[in-house]
Amino acid sequence: MKFTTRTSPYVTGQQDVGSIMRQVLYAMLPGILILIWYFGWGTLSNLLLATGFALLFEWGMLKLRNRPVSPFLNDYSAVLTAWLLAVAMPAFSPWWLIGIAVLFAIVIAKHLYGGLGYNPFNPAMVGYAAMLVSYPVQMTIWPVPVDFSFNHIGFGQMLQQVFAGGAQGWDAFTAATPLDAVKVNLRMDKPLSDIYANGHFGLLAGQAWEWVSLAWLAGGLWLLLRKVITWQIPAALLGSLALMSGIFWLIDPQAYASPLFHLFSGAAMLGAFFIATDPVSSSTTPLGKVFYAGGIGAFTWVIRTWGGYPDAIAFSVLIMNMAVPLIDYYTQPRVYGTKRGFPG
Amino acid sequence: MIQTLRKLWRNHGGLHLDYHKEESSTRPVTRVPLADELIIPLQQHAGYRPTLTVQVGDYVYKGQQLASHTGFMKVPVHASTSGTITAIEDRPIAHPSGLTDLCIVLKPDGKDDWGNARMTPFPDHTQVDGDTLRKRICAAGIVGMGGAVFPSAIKLNVHDNIPIEELVINGAECEPYITCDDMLMRDKADEILQGVQIMMHIIDTGHCLVGIEDNKPEAIAAMQAAAEKLGDQRIEIVPIPTLYPSGGEKQLIKILTGKEVPSGNRPASVGVVCHNTATARAIYRAVALGEPLIDRYLTVTGKGVAQPCNLDVPLGTPIQHIIRQAGDYTPAAKHLVMGGPMMGVSLQTDQIPVVKATNCILVNDVESNAPQPAMPCIRCGRCAEVCPVNLLPQQLYWHSRARDFEQAEKYHLFDCIECGCCAYVCPSHIRLVDYYRFAKSEIRSQRTAKSKADTARLRHEFHQERLERAKREKAEKLAKHKAQAKTNTDDDKKAAIQAALERAKAKKAQLASETDAQPAGEARQ
Repeated sequence: MKFTTRTSPYVTGQQDVGSIMRQVLYAMLPGILILIWYFGWGTLSNLLLATGFALLFEWGMLKLRNRPVSPFLNDYSAVLTAWLLAVAMPAFSPWWLIGIAVLFAIVIAKHLYGGLGYNPFNPAMVGYAAMLVSYPVQMTIWPVPVDFSFNHIGFGQMLQQVFAGGAQGWDAFTAATPLDAVKVNLRMDKPLSDIYANGHFGLLAGQAWEWVSLAWLAGGLWLLLRKVITWQIPAALLGSLALMSGIFWLIDPQAYASPLFHLFSGAAMLGAFFIATDPVSSSTTPLGKVFYAGGIGAFTWVIRTWGGYPDAIAFSVLIMNMAVPLIDYYTQPRVYGTKRGFPG
Repeated sequence: MIQTLRKLWRNHGGLHLDYHKEESSTRPVTRVPLADELIIPLQQHAGYRPTLTVQVGDYVYKGQQLASHTGFMKVPVHASTSGTITAIEDRPIAHPSGLTDLCIVLKPDGKDDWGNARMTPFPDHTQVDGDTLRKRICAAGIVGMGGAVFPSAIKLNVHDNIPIEELVINGAECEPYITCDDMLMRDKADEILQGVQIMMHIIDTGHCLVGIEDNKPEAIAAMQAAAEKLGDQRIEIVPIPTLYPSGGEKQLIKILTGKEVPSGNRPASVGVVCHNTATARAIYRAVALGEPLIDRYLTVTGKGVAQPCNLDVPLGTPIQHIIRQAGDYTPAAKHLVMGGPMMGVSLQTDQIPVVKATNCILVNDVESNAPQPAMPCIRCGRCAEVCPVNLLPQQLYWHSRARDFEQAEKYHLFDCIECGCCAYVCPSHIRLVDYYRFAKSEIRSQRTAKSKADTARLRHEFHQERLERAKREKAEKLAKHKAQAKTNTDDDKKAAIQAALERAKAKKAQLASETDAQPAGEARQ
């Protein structure tokens, strides 16, 4: 009897790229639900627009590059990029802002570098950073989080804001984010205790925002449990952010925000569990991940505290993306039966 | 659960797999009846092909040597039964590309007659010196039966400067589906342990650790009972956690002793010698009974056979014949593997014979694990997480793919044991091990080509030098000859001139004297 031949191993595990990406999407659901609670139509429109643009650009680029469409569209990587952008950008972002952001992410950061697996920079963060430097006003205006926001900003207002160049009296709905408020007021030499007393602050950080962060944390822990991500990146990112902020907070608690505030504000949790852990653009060795994410945490605190932008996860991730090849080279693990991991 | 007080070490990575062991381990082991013809490949070990000692038409007894082992890294093969040699020709051997190799074809006469082919038994091995025992082990054709088929006698040849602290016996059997060592330990624990004692005598060690994965409680119990019966305090049966690939030689040594075999070295360099359980039993039979290695336990299993089981098979039996003993193929039979699902060799045909390395014949369907199309690497690092050698499979992949073999070697390509863990977990379904095999074989062939080129260059240079020397010598000789000829000619000329002058002088003188005498004579007339 004749048989077909193959090469070993003849059995394979159950996971594929799509299943990994889908699990990350599931893990984002708690955070997204909380965002929808506070921002209603704004979060939904961001998500839908970003997903639509991402699939469109992904499809177009795959066609242009003569790549098979269905395996790559089914890997959910474009959807994940879209969702990360959608939750990072202000709710009710105009359609063109989201479109350009996704264009930068999918077309420039991903496909022009060779597509899935070849991009040195985190696509979502390239899209975000490009928009932040190009459209700083639109990118820093967040609506005030309101419980069950659907009652607060209606569907029609959403349509106007997103598609028709802005809803009337939109300014009334917006306010500085906690990170922004702290930064601006600290620049005016106000002590932190006054800032906290005047603004909308909760137990950990900004009101509402701390719940969003907690939801990201919950989703992230689930990813850890499912072994979709490893502990090194979230631990090192949050650890170095806490360490940097902790040192300065101990020196002067009125001039520097507490570690708790930093960990539960802005995109720290989202960044630690969902953005910095992007496998393609992050370090892959266990020790390398510590250096890589540690760097992100440190840069985030530095830019938040002394830089020109309220939050800094995107810039920090991009900076550390550049260092990844170097980090990976110098952090090779020790191979069985050899003396050291350092390359010979 | 069986407890051990012994401290165990852990390797990096590893995988928990679907083991499928019960399918074949519930039936008792039976002896396979003789096939119509046995096909015995000349080379069944790592090393060089032994020298043929029989001819077509010869009658051979069971256990008779068919090819001799004089020379380095040669191991003999023996007749698995009595009968007539009907052919010595190229037949397909266990190789994915359907390679053929020289095989001796033996037609059994059904008598299973040992004649006088059995070697002299050594009933008490302690009375025999290590060298003699090693020679016996080589003469019995014994090689590592776990799959690596390295000549056992060479593995047992240890140097005096590094004392062997432990003999490690590999009963881990970590690959899914395979249960032949499990069954052997249940059935022949006493023979294995007596083989162990012989090896301990040869390598002069006072400690033996038998590592068995804890998914084989019956085997562990049987081995412990046999050890107790034997009353040898030096032998320790150690259950180890079930984790693929704990049965890799270097992996098992680390688990049991905490020692790491340095890259590129043999275990003996850290005072450890490691052998498989089936090898231990073969050594017992060779030494105590004088029987060469002519049969082995093997597992026939998978969805493609009706009655998965373990069989005691004469070497050379075609796989087709064995499948029939296991209830024949099922309609699911699409894919034939010699070995396990992680590291086995995929075969084109079932006409291939069982050899010393054959521990399992796995017949499966293709559909259940059809290879999926490969996606780009997303650098997720799962491969590195599971690598038992702690390599960076992803970097090896990039460099192998880019044919940057120098970098691949720097990333320790040759420490890869090809266990398949990385390819198993890869979410992009990249056939990682294929890339490493490719890179390794490219580097090896480059090295061979280079050494050949070096030899050729040396030879050419030598040839050139010889030519030049010959030319030079010829020229020198000629010059010398010429010089000699020149001096010779000068002398000759001078001499000739001198002689001519002298002759002329003499003539003149004669003439003068004659004229002087003439007048006188005239005067006298």
